[in-house]
Amino acid sequence: MQRRKFNFTSIIEWGTLLFSTGLVCFFLIIVLWEIVSKGAGVLSWEFIAEVPREGMTKGGILTPIIGTVLLTLLTALFSIPFGVCCAIYLNEYAEDNWLTRIIRAAIRNLSGVPSIIYGLFGLALFVQALQFGTSMLSAGLTLGLLSLPYIITTTEEALMRIPASTREAALAVGATKFETIKDVVLPSAMSGILTGVVLTLSRAAGETAPILFTGAAFYINGVGGAIDNEFMALPYHLYMLSTQHQSIEEVRPIAYGTALVLIIVVFLLNLTAFYIRYKYRKNEN
Amino acid sequence: MKTKLSAENLEISFGTKEVLKKINVSFNEHEITALIGPSGCGKSTLLRSFNRMHDLSPDAKITGSLKLENLDLYDRAIPVTEIRKRIGMVFQKANPFPKSIYENIAYGLKINNLPHGKDVIEKALREAFLWDEVKNDLKMPATRLSGGQQQRLCIARAVALRPEVILMDEPCSALDPVSTLKIEELISHLKEKYTIVIVTHNMQQAQRIADKTVFMYLGEVKEEGETSQIFNAPENEMTLNYINGNFG
Amino acid sequence: MKFKTRLSLDVAFKYIFKITGLLVLAALGGILAMLVYNSFSFFLDVKPLDFITGLEWNPTGKTPKYGMLPLILSTTLVTFGAMVIAIPLGIGTAAFIAEYASPKLKNILKPVIEMLAAVPSVVIGFLGIVLVGPGLANVANLPNGLNALNGAILLAVMALPTIITVAEDAIHAVPKTYKEASYGVGATKWQTLCRVVIPAAAPGIIAAVMLGVGRAIGETMTVLMATGNASLLPEGMFDSVKTMTATIAIEMGEVPYQTTHYFALYAIATVLFFMTLIANLVGEFFINRFRKYHAA
Repeated sequence: MQRRKFNFTSIIEWGTLLFSTGLVCFFLIIVLWEIVSKGAGVLSWEFIAEVPREGMTKGGILTPIIGTVLLTLLTALFSIPFGVCCAIYLNEYAEDNWLTRIIRAAIRNLSGVPSIIYGLFGLALFVQALQFGTSMLSAGLTLGLLSLPYIITTTEEALMRIPASTREAALAVGATKFETIKDVVLPSAMSGILTGVVLTLSRAAGETAPILFTGAAFYINGVGGAIDNEFMALPYHLYMLSTQHQSIEEVRPIAYGTALVLIIVVFLLNLTAFYIRYKYRKNEN
Repeated sequence: MKTKLSAENLEISFGTKEVLKKINVSFNEHEITALIGPSGCGKSTLLRSFNRMHDLSPDAKITGSLKLENLDLYDRAIPVTEIRKRIGMVFQKANPFPKSIYENIAYGLKINNLPHGKDVIEKALREAFLWDEVKNDLKMPATRLSGGQQQRLCIARAVALRPEVILMDEPCSALDPVSTLKIEELISHLKEKYTIVIVTHNMQQAQRIADKTVFMYLGEVKEEGETSQIFNAPENEMTLNYINGNFG
Repeated sequence: MKFKTRLSLDVAFKYIFKITGLLVLAALGGILAMLVYNSFSFFLDVKPLDFITGLEWNPTGKTPKYGMLPLILSTTLVTFGAMVIAIPLGIGTAAFIAEYASPKLKNILKPVIEMLAAVPSVVIGFLGIVLVGPGLANVANLPNGLNALNGAILLAVMALPTIITVAEDAIHAVPKTYKEASYGVGATKWQTLCRVVIPAAAPGIIAAVMLGVGRAIGETMTVLMATGNASLLPEGMFDSVKTMTATIAIEMGEVPYQTTHYFALYAIATVLFFMTLIANLVGEFFINRFRKYHAA
């Protein structure tokens, strides 16, 4: 046992660490307090269920909400199949050779690429080269690409946790490798994969930079939702209301409300992920 | 007695590591053969080569021949899934699928296009002495069963496919003595229908259930024969030392 | 299912899985190709040296100027400021969580860090406008608080979760025997932390910092909203600055496609790409070194 001395120096020393930790917690509290205290008053059924009116100084944020929800679904549609298949390839099939090492290096690399560069790539590839135009499709593909490395990494971690004996059990009753993966490995890893997927999507839902030039619009008429058209999204709406709008002070309450709704969406997704993880750990024991 | 399963001049290496050297061994139909020997002697490697579990490790190199009666087990024309259907396996640690008890048995039947009605499931569970304990909970996740029950479920899963041979890799090493006895009883009972090869660390277990015993050491078969002969009058000095507990 | 079908499915999916693996390679290759191709088009018009060392960024002036030094300096200044704040706080918090906090407290602190990491960057940027900006203007008596310091504070908040998580893992991984040896010679917990644990965890902590740097350099929305975006050569933390990411974000929306200015933004992106790449590679190098060191 080490000695425990509670003298003046040790209080200072210990206090330094406590102070940093406290400050970090304080950051979160202040972020939440500022947004919740000033945004809660704006929140109402009308705010959620009405489209923006009168140059966005009145009405609600239904259009950006719909845009963000659909965009996130589109992101999921593009990134999950590819991400999961790639993780399966890496964990179940790939041998340890130069090709595998290059693919792994590429994945680590992609996860470090700044999101604005994904935006440029989306602009060059989806908007211009493939002529999808500035549209929800282009933005969804761009965000899908951005999410890919995270989905691959978290899925592979989930697959790695499945013991070899589980795979052998299926092979021993005559299953092919594909059947083993489809019927036994994936179901066993499902909660781990889901946790990673939901966390990744919560990140994608809050991204702004990649959709700046690929399809996010200042304003569109009606509720939107067309995949081949420009769209409004919560993060972009907040950016626009707080920096680009002609009467910034007047729309500030709406900006607070938008920030609150965005935070609620992101935190709800995070909570879902924690819940899946928690339930899975409980079942495991 | 008819020879069911045999290995001839079998050599296996992983990368540069030679694990089995010139193995010649055969197992008779409707007999239980125990593979014994100290850890790392290659008994599990030998066992797993019979249903081609080494196909999974890319660096495994296998030469020699392995036969089920006259069928070459490594013949490229014969799909590995067919071989695994005919040669079942039970593993060291019970590894039920993350599915219901019923689905655990039905899965192998389904993918192999065999009938998987309730009667077939019941028969397999009865054969594994498990039916009475689970007949009311067939929809329950198999992971909720006790360790011994899970291992019997894995035996039922193997039996359901009507294999000719069942390979067992230390099936009782993770179990308590009571469950172990129950499974030993089950294994002795199963030999009426199947040929059984069992790897075990437990020499009492080998004596209790095995008809023949094979002693392996450092990747070679040192001695094989009737179980009573191996344990009472071994010819090889190594065997004697091992069964007397001088090493291993 | 017929046996033949099962086997062909097995083979088919083997290739499908492999193709998705190759697709990831193609994605990175595509990004690189895009950056290189467009930068090349830019360097046909502007000399690379003028681009890197030019002191003026004014692509829309009568004689357009494409000197990106002010942008690089802005990014460096904001990132440096963010690290000055985030490194001590991050290491302190990581040490507290790994060494002092009770399991119960850990179960509160870890979700706090994860929540902080989950706040979208645009929300942090918004707080820079409505909270940090006015605060700084008040304290320092400035017309507005949209400057490098504002961006640095916000980026510190954004980089903290990364730094804390990676540094905490590193501190946690230091073998118990080291600590016991230190206590054994009569060192206090604090002396053990400062002289034994943190030096032993140093490669992991450096990795944490580098990953935080990578995150800060590449961050767009917060700096775009909070730093004022004046493309002058910055002189101090109270100057308004325009980082590389913000420049791309602002000007790409207004520039006609396939012009020199358009290509210039890709050239900035290329420099940005390699800056973050280097930060991440250095981080990865230290993580691997740390793992190897403690695996032995």
